Amino acid sequence: MIHSLFLVNSSGDIFLEKHWKSVVSRSVCDYFFEAQERASEPENVPPVIPTPHHYLISVLRHRIYFVAVIQSEVPPLFVIEFLHRVVDTFQDYFGVCTEAAIKDNVVVVYELLEEMLDNGFPLATESNILKELIKPPTILRTVVNTITGSTNVGEQLPTGQLSVVPWRRTGVKYTNNEAYFDVVEEIDAIIDKSGSTITAEIQGVIDACVKLSGMPDLTLSFMNPRLLDDVSFHPCVRFKRWEAERILSFIPPDGNFRLLSYHVSSQNLVAIPVYVKHNITFREGSSQGRFELTLGPKQTMGKAVESVLVSSQLPRGVLNVNLNPSQGTYTFDPVTKLLSWDVGKINPQKLPSLKGSMSLQAGASKPDENPTINIQFKIQQMAISGLKVNRLDMYGEKYKPFKGIKYMTKAGKFQVRT
Amino acid sequence: MQRLLQLPANAVSMVKTAQGQEEARSPVLTPDNGQPAWYNAVPPEESRHIRPGGEQEEPGSSEDAQMQPLRHDDLKEMLDSNKDSLKLEAMKRIVAMIARGKNASDLFPAVVKNVACKNIEVSPPRPSRYRDISQTDPNQLIRASALRVLSSIRVTIIVPIMMLAIKEAASDMSPYVRKTAAHAIPKLYSLDPDQKDQLIEVIEKLLADKTTLVAGSVVMAFEEVCPERIDLIHKNYRKLCNLLIDVEEWGQVVIINMLTRYARTQFLNPNANESLLEEGGEKTFYGSDEEEGKEDKVEAAALVVKRKPYVMDPDHRLLLRNTKPLLQSRNAAVVMAVAQLYFHLAPKAEVGVIAKALVRLMRSHSEVQYVVLQNVATMTIKRRGMFEPYLKSFYIRSTDPTQIKVLKLEVLTNLANETNISTILREFQTYIKSMDKDFVAATIQAIGRCATNIGEVRDTCLNGLVQLLSNRDELVVAESVVVIKKLLQMQPEKHSDIIKHMAKLTDNIQVPMARASILWLIGEYCEHVPKIAPDVLRKMAKSFTNEEDIVKLQILNLAAKLYLTNSKQTKLLTQYVLNLAKYDQNYDIRDRARFIRQLIVPTDKSGALSKYAKKLFLALKPAPVLESPFKDRDHFQLGSLSHLLNAKAGGYQELPDWPESAPDPSVRNVEVPEWTKCSSREKRKEKKVEKPFYSDSEGESGPTESADSDSDTGSGSGSGSDSGSEDSGSESGSEESEGESDSEKDEKDKRKMKKWRIYVSFCVALLLKCSFPSPQAASPTCGPLKTYELLHRITGEGLAVTYCFSRRPFTGDPHMVSVQIQFTNNTEVEARSLRVLEPKLQSGMRIAEFPEIDVLPPGEISTVVMGIDFCDSTQAANFQLCTHTKKFFVTIQPPVGELMMPIFMTENEFKKEQGQLMGMNEITEKLTLGEGCRGDHVIIQRVISTANLSRVPCGSAMECRFAGKTVTSGSLVLVTVVTKEERAAQVTVNCEKMLIGTMLVKDILQALSQ
Repeated sequence: MIHSLFLVNSSGDIFLEKHWKSVVSRSVCDYFFEAQERASEPENVPPVIPTPHHYLISVLRHRIYFVAVIQSEVPPLFVIEFLHRVVDTFQDYFGVCTEAAIKDNVVVVYELLEEMLDNGFPLATESNILKELIKPPTILRTVVNTITGSTNVGEQLPTGQLSVVPWRRTGVKYTNNEAYFDVVEEIDAIIDKSGSTITAEIQGVIDACVKLSGMPDLTLSFMNPRLLDDVSFHPCVRFKRWEAERILSFIPPDGNFRLLSYHVSSQNLVAIPVYVKHNITFREGSSQGRFELTLGPKQTMGKAVESVLVSSQLPRGVLNVNLNPSQGTYTFDPVTKLLSWDVGKINPQKLPSLKGSMSLQAGASKPDENPTINIQFKIQQMAISGLKVNRLDMYGEKYKPFKGIKYMTKAGKFQVRT
Repeated sequence: MQRLLQLPANAVSMVKTAQGQEEARSPVLTPDNGQPAWYNAVPPEESRHIRPGGEQEEPGSSEDAQMQPLRHDDLKEMLDSNKDSLKLEAMKRIVAMIARGKNASDLFPAVVKNVACKNIEVSPPRPSRYRDISQTDPNQLIRASALRVLSSIRVTIIVPIMMLAIKEAASDMSPYVRKTAAHAIPKLYSLDPDQKDQLIEVIEKLLADKTTLVAGSVVMAFEEVCPERIDLIHKNYRKLCNLLIDVEEWGQVVIINMLTRYARTQFLNPNANESLLEEGGEKTFYGSDEEEGKEDKVEAAALVVKRKPYVMDPDHRLLLRNTKPLLQSRNAAVVMAVAQLYFHLAPKAEVGVIAKALVRLMRSHSEVQYVVLQNVATMTIKRRGMFEPYLKSFYIRSTDPTQIKVLKLEVLTNLANETNISTILREFQTYIKSMDKDFVAATIQAIGRCATNIGEVRDTCLNGLVQLLSNRDELVVAESVVVIKKLLQMQPEKHSDIIKHMAKLTDNIQVPMARASILWLIGEYCEHVPKIAPDVLRKMAKSFTNEEDIVKLQILNLAAKLYLTNSKQTKLLTQYVLNLAKYDQNYDIRDRARFIRQLIVPTDKSGALSKYAKKLFLALKPAPVLESPFKDRDHFQLGSLSHLLNAKAGGYQELPDWPESAPDPSVRNVEVPEWTKCSSREKRKEKKVEKPFYSDSEGESGPTESADSDSDTGSGSGSGSDSGSEDSGSESGSEESEGESDSEKDEKDKRKMKKWRIYVSFCVALLLKCSFPSPQAASPTCGPLKTYELLHRITGEGLAVTYCFSRRPFTGDPHMVSVQIQFTNNTEVEARSLRVLEPKLQSGMRIAEFPEIDVLPPGEISTVVMGIDFCDSTQAANFQLCTHTKKFFVTIQPPVGELMMPIFMTENEFKKEQGQLMGMNEITEKLTLGEGCRGDHVIIQRVISTANLSRVPCGSAMECRFAGKTVTSGSLVLVTVVTKEERAAQVTVNCEKMLIGTMLVKDILQALSQ
């Protein structure tokens, strides 16, 4: 299926290639570079590019293009999903997925790729199995390997591949048994000029970090499972049980994983935790524009709105801005015309504001378009949908684990039109 | 080398720092499970530690480039050293080189030699050795790995070995080995398609497998090897449906796609009646209105006959039911696969369930969004209602990439109807103000499409677009003009003011397409604007020479139309324009001018046509239909590459049409209906290991479980996983108990050793596959060598001697051909002091005698190697073979193909060398390929077995090139085999030694035409 893989960095160099079948000349990437040139923005390169003999399917992550070469019909999502899995694995192994990290660990990268695909068909993509086969590099291991000449290849056999629970390593042992669950919700919203909500949705995930010995069998139940409209599970979750009882029952993988992602039905009204007052105007004939922005909290149930970051793409005609923030700092890039304002925490008593003027190109007519404002924020200890975990029980093991649950709300794609 | 030797010292100092850190950390946690905080903090530190070493190890690509030859020597030296650590280091660097796309092929021999290093108990990568391992090793994982390595060696000669290994593995006890066997099938198939029939047998066998581990892999093999053999699926259909949820995610995708195709051939269209109702419904309705009575009855009867009450095949239902939960998968490819299955197979009323899942995917990475939106766009044309509730999920954000924006716009346009059009248009209005001009242009197009599709809003849209005509951005205006033109064509008489407005725009607007559109409009509707039209023509005549071609053509059109309607005012202008066009550089314009002149200007010769000129030019033109580019794309299977590209990709399997009547459903009956038992309790106890995980829990998902599941570990899911934890993967437990009963230390060593094996195999496989385009050349030929008789058993009085050309370089003298001689003592007594005596040689020929064999006991076989320098001629070497009692005169005559040895060359080098060996040195023969000689690999195999040459990598599938040099003089031998249609082929040999060339051509001809 997948014939070869090329890694291309942001300056257009191929810095790694891997072939699973025969060698495909790297000149095949020329078609990709052509498409890249045609696209104005890096993310506008079409993910699927047909060439006379091959098809190139690429994903862009961390400013690296992962270009897969395929020769015949295969579902494009199959390849795309796999490539993202590769990136996730690299991130898992090296902490970051950068050109430098990949180059430093080229042998591990090769070992991983060799195990992940066999003759172009995915073989072992589960992180737990891979970690059994190939140990992630750590300082100690790097040093030991240098001296003894051993490798990162695990000394155990990849027994996970045989297991009925392939996502879990066998023989896990911890002295402190702990299980953490983070309920993270993101609000996607479009707010129109007058402040009314055009569309708002809540997407949530439950990320878990489970460090439990043996083969624990967990069940997690919610106070209000009806909120969850559409869910997708880690393969470990027993679907039938969810269907029947709305309880999550699973044997967890070892370490970090995403247990569940969900969508809160759009029928429910979504509470919008911040509001924006804005006044961005350009006057005809004058080379000045006014810029005023005030943020305030709304429906936050008493929790603080933190890490607020406002960014906006100003029209091309704007030369520079002269603004005065009541708190935080702002930057304006005169080339990309990107204004970003790092607000920090919103103090409900003293609302943060950013006011001032914009200088426009002299003589040019006023811009037609009004910029949209993108907002990022975080609210700790609250899930905006009101989702609450009821109980977490463990079966199958004797010890008493430590259980922790954390809630957080973040802005997803939160846009205010002006 | 020195640099390298310093490494350990350097490393020791690194250990110290690192250990310090290690202690500072929580001693409880094992290194790879450090706390997140620690992880975050460390990477920079870590990389700092690694980099000093790293820089030494890998001196960057710049240095690498200049030092390439030296480095290769370095690496070779490292590989040859005694230290395993150095060898490993070298291997790592080779991997790094390959990763950068460097050619590492000259290091191959050194690496291969290393595989035999004593650390590992593996002899050189003899495929048969891997086969042995794959069959006999007690550990299933080792067996599987060996098979994986074996099947990764892409050398045609080992095809029989591979076939044998796959067959063995397909009936292995361990499902994991069987899975590996399934993976090996496509590899072998691509290596040698002639094995298809045998492979299908293996596939058939594996399809019957009942484990989830195998299911995905074997269906993948099925799809690659024999997707047309749908009959193989019948018996396994129900089992596959039932296993599906427990198969790993990649396998699920493949199985679902295959089952979609299968279902299309076996079941009836669940929507057949509905579509009949839709189409036929109206007809009957009108029909009954006009003439009641018999007509009506007949039609109703016909309908009844056709509308046999549709009952869904239970197997069809099974498929739909078992795939539905997979919409919840975290894997976008699985969700998409189920979505397309529902779209193509489910009754209309049930398709809706996929919308939610697809909308969820839109939260994913932008590439996923892109593919999903393409599919949603196709779906929305057929089944609009399904996505209507999710309209707002397709609203566009300014941060979306343009390609996503355009696709979302497409979906929104498809979703527009009378009820939601006002919301959508309001949304579109904000889009028009976007900074992304490509997107604005697409929005204008979308508005145009909404206006044509929904009559109520046509005027609103038109007004909106007219306002855009005063936009400052020229592209926006141009796009609006084009769209307005299309809209006006629907009802021009009402909108002469808009046409007037547009006529004014010609002064300002520069975009050719827009100018052309305006001119066409004015020409077409010149009767609505009788005063303005001639003036526009006047202006255009002035600027004619500076216009773009499409504009010029429209000026000609305008002139012709005006001439026909208003010749008084425009006759001269038209003549002028036609004259200008007559001398235009573009021949299309010159042609058009000539054509128009003949048609409209009446002359004596002008025929009957000019009478109709007005009708020709001013015929009523039908308004264009603005259609979605996604219309009719659903004849491709959704989710496929072909659908995305809207073109058939290689290997695409058409989605068959529903059959008229259902084929016999009993073919899917299995004698022992295993699948029904699948979830029953007794069965589960018997075979709990192979039990699907989910079905397991399904059995006891009763509400009681949470209460007593603590004590319940004896059975069900708990037990399955428990046994898994105690001993690697359950299945291995019973089977490998002998291995594990050894003492613990022993066990560890063994494991380590085996791991080593796998690792080295991995390296070798990697090298074979990646860096050496022609492994069959670079590696010593592994296949069966041709054996010749030197001394027959009878003439030798019980001593039989055979020889073959081993094709290995002769160790003592590079100019000699090594000949392997095998003595078999068939007598009752010992043969003593076997040796060569009194060679009678042509001048220049030399012999390196084999060391004397002291004793050859009865019944024993002994093999020796001798070297002969044939001086690049096929003349025989005569000598005497002596035992302690007798002398035999023997002759070794080499086939010409053995007088050479392979060399490695790139295609360019080959062409260059070939260019220097033209004329007399080139011999070309035409031939017809033999019956069995189809495909590259057979040709390559035959040529290589005829002559000791190596293959030259080559881009064309029609050509095979081989290179070698003669052993004695080192003259190049270049062979090219070009295949043509219908088994015709041509062999070309370029060689300085014409005699060798001629003989070689003859031999190759013979080999290929067999």
